[in-house]
Amino acid sequence: MEVLFERPHSLSNVVNSYCPGCTHGIIHRLVAEVIDEMGIEGETIGIAPVGCSVTAYNFFEFDIQQAAHGRAPAVATGIKRVHPDKFVFTYQGDGDLAAIGTAEIVHAAARSENITVIFVNNAIYGMTGGQMAPTSLVGQVTQTTPYGRKVENQGYPLRVCELLSTVEGAAYIERVSVDSVQNIKKAKAAIRKAFECQKNKKGFSLVEVLSTCPTNWGKEPDEALEWLRENMMPHYPLGVYCDYTDKD
Amino acid sequence: MAKKFLMKGNEALAEAAMRNGCRFFFGYPITPQTELAAYMAKKMPKIGGTFLQAESEVAAINMVYGAAGAGARVMTSSSSPGISLKSEGISYIAAADLPCVIVNIVRGGPGLGGIQAAQSDYFQATKGGGHGDYRLLVYAPASIQELVDLTAKAFEKADEYRNPAMIMGDGMLGQMMEPVEFSEPIDLSSLPEKEWATTGTEMKRKKNIINSLYLSPEELEYLNIKRYEKYAVIKEKEPMYEEVYTEDAELIVTAYGTVSRVALSAINILREEGYKVGLIRPITLWPFPEKIFDERSKTAKKFLSVELSMGQMVEDVERCTKGRSEVHFFGRSGGMVPGKEDIVEEIKRIY
Ligand SMILES: Cc1ncc(C[n+]2csc(CCOP(=O)(O)OP(=O)(O)O)c2C)c(N)n1
Ligand code: SF4
Repeated sequence: MEVLFERPHSLSNVVNSYCPGCTHGIIHRLVAEVIDEMGIEGETIGIAPVGCSVTAYNFFEFDIQQAAHGRAPAVATGIKRVHPDKFVFTYQGDGDLAAIGTAEIVHAAARSENITVIFVNNAIYGMTGGQMAPTSLVGQVTQTTPYGRKVENQGYPLRVCELLSTVEGAAYIERVSVDSVQNIKKAKAAIRKAFECQKNKKGFSLVEVLSTCPTNWGKEPDEALEWLRENMMPHYPLGVYCDYTDKD
Repeated sequence: MAKKFLMKGNEALAEAAMRNGCRFFFGYPITPQTELAAYMAKKMPKIGGTFLQAESEVAAINMVYGAAGAGARVMTSSSSPGISLKSEGISYIAAADLPCVIVNIVRGGPGLGGIQAAQSDYFQATKGGGHGDYRLLVYAPASIQELVDLTAKAFEKADEYRNPAMIMGDGMLGQMMEPVEFSEPIDLSSLPEKEWATTGTEMKRKKNIINSLYLSPEELEYLNIKRYEKYAVIKEKEPMYEEVYTEDAELIVTAYGTVSRVALSAINILREEGYKVGLIRPITLWPFPEKIFDERSKTAKKFLSVELSMGQMVEDVERCTKGRSEVHFFGRSGGMVPGKEDIVEEIKRIY
């Protein structure tokens, strides 16, 4: 019998903890498919810091370290220095990566640590119940910006890919989305490219994935996808921000 | 006889760490531990190890977390303000049961404080520092040879108990020079394998997880209880101390680290004059050598805790002497160090 669709081996056979309609699950699957297809499950060490994906150690089948809020790139650095030939990746939310962990991500990129970062940007703090994130949009209503994010008070949303692509150590940076089948395919290709970048020892790679948080955005899953397209994409344009993977 | 080297404390510590299998060092510059990192930076590449200057102490301790979880012998060093920043990471390391060695070359505090020798991080080292129920093994050497020997021990015990170990010194110990002997470098392949480490499954075993998150209170409490069972074994087996003239002592001075040497000079002067004074020098600050205090408090009438702080270890001395003896405190802080005459005078005053 021909198997047309199955659970990637790198994903554990458990029910995950994400809310219905949350795109974290799709992103997990893409990471697992890439790892399966590259045949590197046994050589992969993941890092799941604080955020909705903090329990990702239950959802992936390879070795994994849970890390403190924002510190995943430092933890990844420690692991990678010990095992330079293993695949090391972090899976970080926007609060984690772009607020509390800003220093760690910038310096991991600057050192061109040969790691891969999967950066899940849902423009909100999911796990703690919907507070403003560094990537929340101007005007966006959250628990801590009940009147909408105001530039005078909370400043501007950070564009991580644009910022990090100015760092010399960054080898490959791309922003993708998982709002449609077509974009999911592109997202997978980007994740694959980032892992290949690491395999070929080209240095720091990061894929930012625009993601939804229906629960804290207060939207139905399909409305959430629509909101992502209408509001996030204009501010966070998809595309490749730097690619030195062909350089020696 | 092994060869003797004349070395600064900070450098001797670094050399001892490398000889005992430390191949990864992550740090951030701060006085007065600078020579330790500089020595590592010079020597690590020559033995195939990694020295990395991190962007902060926060990053450095999390690199230690990653490397320890990946199975390596790893160390970081800092001084008081830097240890405060590392404290979050130390709590996670303790909670994930990871072995590593943390060096604190203590300076005067609080705040940015000063850069001279102090012992005002005793509470931080022995009672927490970071959040949650956890303990570090804390070693407090008083000479450079002891610093070297305790560095070996710290790595060994950290691995044995899967627990972070701290070496507490101060700027005097870090910067003074004394002759030292080193043991031969250990063979890394002789170290027991860490089957729990995240090294990649190679598809040969189930996944390993390094974690400190337990959302079920039952599970978290169970793990805390298990960890306290480990701490109970450590408290039974690992306390270290030195005693001098305590058998007939009516007054026992307690002091650790460099200031214990000053205290001992004072005691020698007083012994010549006929005073019955002795010294207990804790070598492990946690586990605190409780039993000897219990024992000696049955005969000594008075204890005097001499510290480079406003009075921290004295609380453990009070606790362990159980109200049987009078407990006094004499200390200087902010980087001030008492002379032996000062200690002599204080002992005479309360004797
Ligand atoms: C030091 C520290 N501060 C705060 C928290 C609380 N906290 C948990 S998750 C989180 C936000 C995570 O948001 P994000 O990184 O955007 O991930 P998401 O949950 O949206 O996937 C915060 C602030 C924490 N665990 N540790
Ligand atoms: S809170 Fe938001 S980000 Fe977290 S699982 Fe639910 S929908 Fe996803």
